[in-house]
Amino acid sequence: MYPANFDYHRASSVQEALAMMAENPDLKVIAGGHSLLPAMRLRLAQPPALLDVFGLEELRGIRREGDVFVVGAMTTHAQVLRSELPLFPEVAHEVGDPMVRNRGTIGGSLAHADPSADYPAAALALGVEFVIRGPGGERTVPADEMFVGMFESAVGLGELLTHIRIPASVRGSAYEKFKHPASHYAIAGVAVVRHADGEIRAAYTGAGERAERLPLLEERLNAGQPAGEGLVDAANLLGDRFASPEYRAHLVDVLAGRAAARV
Amino acid sequence: MNVTVTVNGKAHTRDVEPRTLLVHFLREDLGLTGTHVGCDTSQCGACTVHLNGEAVKSCTVLAVQAGGMEVTTIEGIGTAAELHPLQTGFWEKHGLQCGFCTPGMIMSAAELLRHDPDPSEETIRHHLEGNYCRCTGYHNIVFAVQHAAAAMRERQAGQAADD
Amino acid sequence: MTDRTDKYMGQALKRKEDPRFITGAGQYTDDFVLHGMLHAAMVRSPYAHARITGIDKSSVEDMPGVHAVLTGEDVAAAGTGPIPVGWLLPELKVPPHHAVAQGEVNHVGDIVAVVVADTRAQAEDAAAMLAVDYEALPSVALGSAALEDGAPQVHDDVPGNVAFRWEIGDEAALNEAFGRAHKTVKVNLRNHRLVPNAIEPRASLAQFSPASGEYLLYTTSQNPHIHRLILAAFVLNIPEHKLRVISPDVGGGFGSKIFQYQEEVIVLLAARLLGKPVKWAARRSESFVSDMQGRDHESEAELAVDAEGRMLGLRVNTVANLGAYLTLFAPAVPTYLYGTLLNGVYKFPAVHAKVTGVVTNTVPVDAYRGAGRPEATYLVERVVDVMAHELGMDPAEFRRINFIQPDEFPYQTPVALVYDSGNYEPALDMALDMMKYPDLRAEQERMKGTGKILGIGVISYVEACGLAPSALVGQLGAQAGQWESSLVRVHPTGKVELYTGSHSHGQGHETAFPQIAADELQIPIEDIDLIHGDTGRMPYGWGTYGSRSAAVGGSALKVALQKITAKAKKIAAHLLEASEEDVEHAEGVFRVKGAPGQQKTFFDVALMAHLAHNLPEGLEPGLEATAFYDPKNFVYPFGTHIAVVEIDTDTGHVKLRNYGCVDDCGPLINPLIVEGQVHGGIAQGAGQALWEDAAYDDEGNFLAGTFMEYAVPRADDLPSFETGHTVTPSPHNPLGVKGIGESGTIASSAAVANAVMDALWHECRIPHLDMPYTSEKVWRAIRDARGAGLGQAADD
Repeated sequence: MYPANFDYHRASSVQEALAMMAENPDLKVIAGGHSLLPAMRLRLAQPPALLDVFGLEELRGIRREGDVFVVGAMTTHAQVLRSELPLFPEVAHEVGDPMVRNRGTIGGSLAHADPSADYPAAALALGVEFVIRGPGGERTVPADEMFVGMFESAVGLGELLTHIRIPASVRGSAYEKFKHPASHYAIAGVAVVRHADGEIRAAYTGAGERAERLPLLEERLNAGQPAGEGLVDAANLLGDRFASPEYRAHLVDVLAGRAAARV
Repeated sequence: MNVTVTVNGKAHTRDVEPRTLLVHFLREDLGLTGTHVGCDTSQCGACTVHLNGEAVKSCTVLAVQAGGMEVTTIEGIGTAAELHPLQTGFWEKHGLQCGFCTPGMIMSAAELLRHDPDPSEETIRHHLEGNYCRCTGYHNIVFAVQHAAAAMRERQAGQAADD
Repeated sequence: MTDRTDKYMGQALKRKEDPRFITGAGQYTDDFVLHGMLHAAMVRSPYAHARITGIDKSSVEDMPGVHAVLTGEDVAAAGTGPIPVGWLLPELKVPPHHAVAQGEVNHVGDIVAVVVADTRAQAEDAAAMLAVDYEALPSVALGSAALEDGAPQVHDDVPGNVAFRWEIGDEAALNEAFGRAHKTVKVNLRNHRLVPNAIEPRASLAQFSPASGEYLLYTTSQNPHIHRLILAAFVLNIPEHKLRVISPDVGGGFGSKIFQYQEEVIVLLAARLLGKPVKWAARRSESFVSDMQGRDHESEAELAVDAEGRMLGLRVNTVANLGAYLTLFAPAVPTYLYGTLLNGVYKFPAVHAKVTGVVTNTVPVDAYRGAGRPEATYLVERVVDVMAHELGMDPAEFRRINFIQPDEFPYQTPVALVYDSGNYEPALDMALDMMKYPDLRAEQERMKGTGKILGIGVISYVEACGLAPSALVGQLGAQAGQWESSLVRVHPTGKVELYTGSHSHGQGHETAFPQIAADELQIPIEDIDLIHGDTGRMPYGWGTYGSRSAAVGGSALKVALQKITAKAKKIAAHLLEASEEDVEHAEGVFRVKGAPGQQKTFFDVALMAHLAHNLPEGLEPGLEATAFYDPKNFVYPFGTHIAVVEIDTDTGHVKLRNYGCVDDCGPLINPLIVEGQVHGGIAQGAGQALWEDAAYDDEGNFLAGTFMEYAVPRADDLPSFETGHTVTPSPHNPLGVKGIGESGTIASSAAVANAVMDALWHECRIPHLDMPYTSEKVWRAIRDARGAGLGQAADD
């Protein structure tokens, strides 16, 4: 099926992109397009105009700056998969399929804040920082403030997620996923990271309206206790034909235990 | 919008609507109907082509996004006279029945073999999770890819010996 | 020179048709372009049941590229008739099925209007904008719910939503058998609904020539002649020879491309009204709500055995959900293709089944790979396993002691069929050996308490395919013959064209049919081509479904070839100046027995047949023969399938770990093709057991409308399969072959289901759960059983 018609613009720099967005608030940013274009093909999304930032070289690639990796938002899942980033390569292996990973980008996925995406759990557990540029300049948003709601991230109107700052060394990390049999998106996914200072952070995705930290799990693991049960309240989770909130809550417990055993 | 895409080594310029998907550009504007459309949710992989050397789902790339880039389709990966080892593998091992998923399957597998010259069954199955086949149960597709991998390794070894 | 007998038959030749597919040169319907072609887009109902109170054509008529908007009124005004049903049962209620809804829609996806425009994108733009007013009506989706008092009425002319009530078997004998029973078990089973999902979506392209009054239709069909017959005689009311139907390369069918669809009528009509070719190609999300769906039974099954574990009787009561309309074979699938197979491979003194066919506000249900026989196999094999568990018998041994014995064929079952040939025990033994069954049982014990449980599902099936003796199916209600045709045309150069009414959409006819011919004619297979899929070129034929191509189409070919060789021998004898009795056709030549060197090649004979310079007195020139083969019986493939699953008790996730099977389809024409059919069939049946689910809510809203919600098996969901064969020829066709296209699917959903339930029985004494075994369902069942003390703890 064809998407509804739209105007297409391609930005040649971040600066130009921001200027174009300031001028035309209807512009919808397209990165790899692997969430947006399927929605447009089903006409669930009908943006009047697209701003393509996929080709911006300044947003692509991974470089090390001291204790952090700085990852360009347009770095593809395939590049992430083959990188030396902590945890993210393991997670990227679970994203989509090889063709999706060649086009889909880490920044596009994180800014899109799909509640069943894989990366957000890793981002929260790693405590990454998001570098966002807008008309007023650049700001840095901690992972805990990035995922605001269902398909809603801290990236505001007229803003662009440019980079992700990821701690370069951690002592251990793991991502455990239970996938939807049809879409292969996460029904539940849990990331657990043992940081350089020994602190353990953990987060889940897929089960609720947005990815969130798992404070009870962190408390238990940091106290040397097993992961246990009851890590999330089913009342706050999503339910569908394939997985009820109660089942998702149970899966978070199971996956947390498995991930914790690996870090 | 005017867009120029190099397809199977030849540059083509066409005036397209921005919404034209790369797969429609290939099929309808260029008449390259070997690339198929099997779904509208970017899952089945029947439309897989190579874009600047990487396998992509051409139903999830706009033609205008491919402007200035190089596309290889099933029509460009081998010829009837000189088949790509994957084409031979699928033929030898009965890796196809109706043939509809086959071009996408071959283009996807080609990328795997570029990264992994000797993939295990598990690796092949994981790699092909984005290419649906309803006829073969994937059983012979796994053998087809392994057959091609062996042929390509042999060819490489032969070339190395020649050098 | 080597003996050419059976040089090609039985060989795993790689396929002749593959070069075009592997190079992207295959020609599927959507690949065809006709000059000036327009594109149609369907406006589909978002309601399961509604009255159409208004369609405002002017809302889109001025949009770019739009040529026409067609509504139900336009279709009626053009004199187009409703699409008929091809199989009638006594007192069958048939609601009219129009190409475009006339005043009322009855399922989500029902066609409300059609937009025709210059481009596909423009047609879709306008279709999305067309203003349609609906008045929603009460709706119902589940078969049993539609039978309840006060249920919403789907059609006014189908009272109580009952399209038919049908039964088979001797109820009194069954009741008597149950009276003698040592033990009985009763199981309620749901065989849920599926979407066939051939990877090529349906498409149609029509052209009308005002000068000749002829139509041309390219369409995704398994049986182009059936389309031509229905379209010409019932829908368009034109002579059949004014419509040529071409079914070019077709990307899989699995039954879904048998039927006469609304869109085919629409493009033909639009092409005539607009004077330009019109194409429609389904988007996948349209396929989900417009391709005929499969299965959807709710059944109660009761099995009785005597004190030795011998089966006494099976009682079945089934509600078959037919969907909103009755389509081509819909009434036959849950009756003659289901009830007649409920005897399975066992010696049942009595079987009795009642089937109620029900209309609902859902997409119509018709034949999907296996068509009735997977439903029967699932029911019989599931209830047999429940009984084996209750008796504490090994499921394989319970089956073995109840098998029909090899010396009892032909075997008359209590449900009408006469099984032609069979030998069930060797297939069972071979499968048990192949899978190292005792080792699996030992492993199952060892895994207890590990958090993983192993399940081993054993099933033995028989199916009836190769449809079918025409007189018999005619008595049962078929409005079609079920013979097949073949034309063999030998050219002067000795090159040969074969024509068949069968159609290949993946089955490899272009290789298998020439294999048959190459042996019969004793010429190289390279000299033979198969032509199919074009009513303008072939003699009449009934197409491909019900695993009939080899058994019926192949037999027709064999008979036509025999006519060719008989005539060729006459000519050769004449040229050799010998009597016909003294000439043999061997080692690739016609030669005089005992006179080496005195011989004529097939080419010599073919040439002379055409030159006609020197033919026997009274013999017609030319070398061409047509045969119409009407089978004497169904053929009855059988076998044993074994599935092994591993269940993660923490998550309920079921992994299909191993799968092995032994099938008997008689002699194998091409083992490569046979194996491929088995593999694909297993995958589809396993898909039903574990993942696929065309779910509706109670009101008929479809909940699985894209691949994001409907899980077809992917490469990493499945293991490799182990396959084997026994060979028991059919005694009644000239090739001895049985069908193999559906066996995998008929067997594998039951095998995988039994594997899951075997695990759950051994772990926590759960007798039965319905497919699909999704993780939450399995996890809950284990948790609840353990909570109720039914688990291992209770055993220990």
